[in-house]
Amino acid sequence: MTAALRTELRKVASTRAWWLTAAAMFGYMIMMGVIMAFSLVLGMRAAEEAGTAGGGPGGFGEAVLDERAIAMSVYTLGLALGYVFPAILGAFSVTGEFRHRTITPTLLAEPRRSLVLGAKLVAVVPFALAVAVAGVLGTVLGGAATLAIMGEPSLLGDAEVQRAIALSVVALTLWALVGVGFGSVLTNQVAAIVVLLAFTQFVEPLLRLLLAQFDATESLSKLLPGAAGEAIAGSSLYVSSGLAELLDAWQGALVLIGYAVVLVLVGRLTTFRRDIG
Amino acid sequence: MTSEAPAFAPEQGVVDVVGLSKRFGAVRAVEDLSFTVTPGRVTGFLGPNGAGKTTTLRLLLGLATPDAGTATIGGRRYSDRPSPARHVGAALEASSVHPGRTARDHLRVYAPQVGVADARCDEVLALVGLTDAANRRTGGFSLGMRQRLALATTLLGDPQVLLLDEPANGLDPEGIAWLRNFLRYLAAQGRTVLVSSHVLSEVEQTVDDVVIIARGRLVHESSLAELEAMARPAVRISSPDAAGLAALVTEQGWDHSTRFDSPLTAVVYDQHCPRVGQAAFARSLPLHELAPAGTSLESLFLQLTADPAGSNPPAALPSQLPGMAR
Repeated sequence: MTAALRTELRKVASTRAWWLTAAAMFGYMIMMGVIMAFSLVLGMRAAEEAGTAGGGPGGFGEAVLDERAIAMSVYTLGLALGYVFPAILGAFSVTGEFRHRTITPTLLAEPRRSLVLGAKLVAVVPFALAVAVAGVLGTVLGGAATLAIMGEPSLLGDAEVQRAIALSVVALTLWALVGVGFGSVLTNQVAAIVVLLAFTQFVEPLLRLLLAQFDATESLSKLLPGAAGEAIAGSSLYVSSGLAELLDAWQGALVLIGYAVVLVLVGRLTTFRRDIG
Repeated sequence: MTSEAPAFAPEQGVVDVVGLSKRFGAVRAVEDLSFTVTPGRVTGFLGPNGAGKTTTLRLLLGLATPDAGTATIGGRRYSDRPSPARHVGAALEASSVHPGRTARDHLRVYAPQVGVADARCDEVLALVGLTDAANRRTGGFSLGMRQRLALATTLLGDPQVLLLDEPANGLDPEGIAWLRNFLRYLAAQGRTVLVSSHVLSEVEQTVDDVVIIARGRLVHESSLAELEAMARPAVRISSPDAAGLAALVTEQGWDHSTRFDSPLTAVVYDQHCPRVGQAAFARSLPLHELAPAGTSLESLFLQLTADPAGSNPPAALPSQLPGMAR
């Protein structure tokens, strides 16, 4: 196991994908932090002027939050908008092997395929952590700076806010495991990226809004992977906006890990059982 | 490789393929294939494109599962061996490298799993002549350099058995000469070296033995010398003067197969038409026929691997020529 792990760690460390992903997420999250902090504060002020402060149902544009809810929503934005980055990093660790055909020398060096997949899951963690830290750092920098410039409290000293920030790093790291599982099921790199982007940026948000509209399906929406990730941090733009409910943090973690485990098992029983090449 | 010749147990170097079959849908990629590869020799694994060479190697290496038969190396299946890469070095495609990795990083990635120290990476880079390119990303490598890197990867574990799929592809003439010497050197140490190729002439000067397959089946297995014997040049001559013909052949000391009766024809080996015609003329022997009857190694290879259904272009070409002339 140690040898397999060292090999997989070296694979990720020796390519640029992990720090490019970290840099891209850092930049994207600064931008989103600025935009969301700015628009949420403007929304709050408009509502205050109209004398209707407080939450109310409706779309993002109509959501009205208080200072704490704004800070929490902004600092955990990575889980609402940026989790595709660690997911793609995780997927790359499998799809890259098929894209560059290095899966052949990999399985020649270690024919035990379960071991290879297991080592990939473990090896991606430190790099996913780096991506998660970069992403959350970007969010906090962009968000806190915008709040400060607009004269609102950043609440970075608040214990609950700090906890949400730390847990969003954890949740984003877990997303890389889901990515590894997804990549082992869909090994075509381009297809994997397209599907991940489409699902995380479009399909899932839409599903969450739709499922949350009906009592019968509302609990289902909590089980979607994005919602499970947000549950770990205990906060999200969706919740603050009154658009969705979340699981408890531990439940969220279990559900997200469950997605990773199921996907890896499916990958092991399909891609990694078939003939290679 | 270390300077002193390592000691290898010969039975551990035997590659044994027995009754191997593999289908992909309706395509029978490998069909009841059996052959043996002997240690201490370079064996050419030959066949036209699509003959099933790579599939056979994949089956040997546990990358694909056979429908029937067994493929073992040293009596064991590849994937049953702990640390298999220390016993068998295999390169299936030269492009199995991540373009963003340097040559050294490519090797360092596999070193832990192969079970060797990182210092071995620089050793094998030196062996294949890539030391100067060690820190360059492989994305900028020529096909020849990628071939050398693939070979370096197979050598990481200092394996007793080497299975190389088309290792000469993309090498320049200098590279091919270097590869030839290198493979001969490895075999001389007692290692088993199997080299696949779709061009016989490419490995003709390298191999001791040949295993030739076509359409997934074995068509020929022997030493290269035996194959060459089948491909000797020969001339067929016929003359109305049986006694004169016999005298000519005997006098010249030609190796021949002759029936000195009607139709008075002899086949003489290791000779070419001008020399035979000249000798007959010198004796004033009338010749009714003087024709090349031998085969070159390459045309023998084409004959052996030709598709009986006639879809193999080189084999079908002569019979098509009259039609084309019309």
